[in-house]
Amino acid sequence: MKSCVIVFPGSNCDRDLATALALVTGTAPMMVWHRETALPDVDLIGVPGGFSYGDYLRCGAVAAQSPVMPAVAEAAKRGVRVLGICNGFQVLTEIGLLPGILMRNQELCFIGKAIELKVKKEGSSFTSSYEDDTQIRLPIAHHDGNYFADDETLDRLEGEGLVAFRYVDNPNGSQRNIAGIVNPERTVLGLMPHPERAVDPALGPTDGRPLFDGLMQALS
Amino acid sequence: MKATVHVTLKDGVLDPQGKAIGNALHGLGFGEVGEVRQGKLIELEIDGNDPEAAKARLDEMCRKLLANPVIERYAIEVAS
Repeated sequence: MKSCVIVFPGSNCDRDLATALALVTGTAPMMVWHRETALPDVDLIGVPGGFSYGDYLRCGAVAAQSPVMPAVAEAAKRGVRVLGICNGFQVLTEIGLLPGILMRNQELCFIGKAIELKVKKEGSSFTSSYEDDTQIRLPIAHHDGNYFADDETLDRLEGEGLVAFRYVDNPNGSQRNIAGIVNPERTVLGLMPHPERAVDPALGPTDGRPLFDGLMQALS
Repeated sequence: MKATVHVTLKDGVLDPQGKAIGNALHGLGFGEVGEVRQGKLIELEIDGNDPEAAKARLDEMCRKLLANPVIERYAIEVAS
């Protein structure tokens, strides 16, 4: 599986994601600066967490206009897997690869802690290595993770089985406890929790590892 | 020309920041304050002297970047 990680000014989880991908695939991903207009030939594009452009205007809104993003959208159309984590999820909603938006947390606080999630497989390679309906523990670290979409969109997401990750105990006010969603083709995943911070047993639980294992199996 | 764009949350979208501002105002003794909604004001200098053309371009700017239609609406003013 060949992968790359997009790097924006203000990304701060790009190395965590690169380390996780290197650990699982055995090969370091290519790091792609946001000013690039073409992408290397890869099977997976990682859009990392952080605070791209200082979260100015809206989280992810300025990064969504970066020169590299049309290439990401084009690759996504071709079926290249795209994984957006935290700020990466915000960027993917801003460019319209995923519906909805991530708003300020309901209690207005930045939340950094491990939380419980329920995983739904729903035929996606991102979740294929998890047991269906299994409960996992991943870290969250965000100020703007409150998922919002109109009722029609939420009904569609649920009806089509596109909600891959749900909070067990909703920490941020997200509609219908949504923590992560996939596109109808199940080739794009955006989630607020950080699977890339939960892959190395030396650093604690490894519930993020199956996400990368599933991709590895599907794309190798 | 000077243009002003007001970006506000659509009705029905919860505004936790507006709520916090309202609570703080109540704490300061401004009991008459009801619901508070927070938005953004963006001021732009625009080249040219055709306000209608500028408005059309500003509308495009709002749709492409300045506002997110999922939760926000916008209003444009151009002072020539």
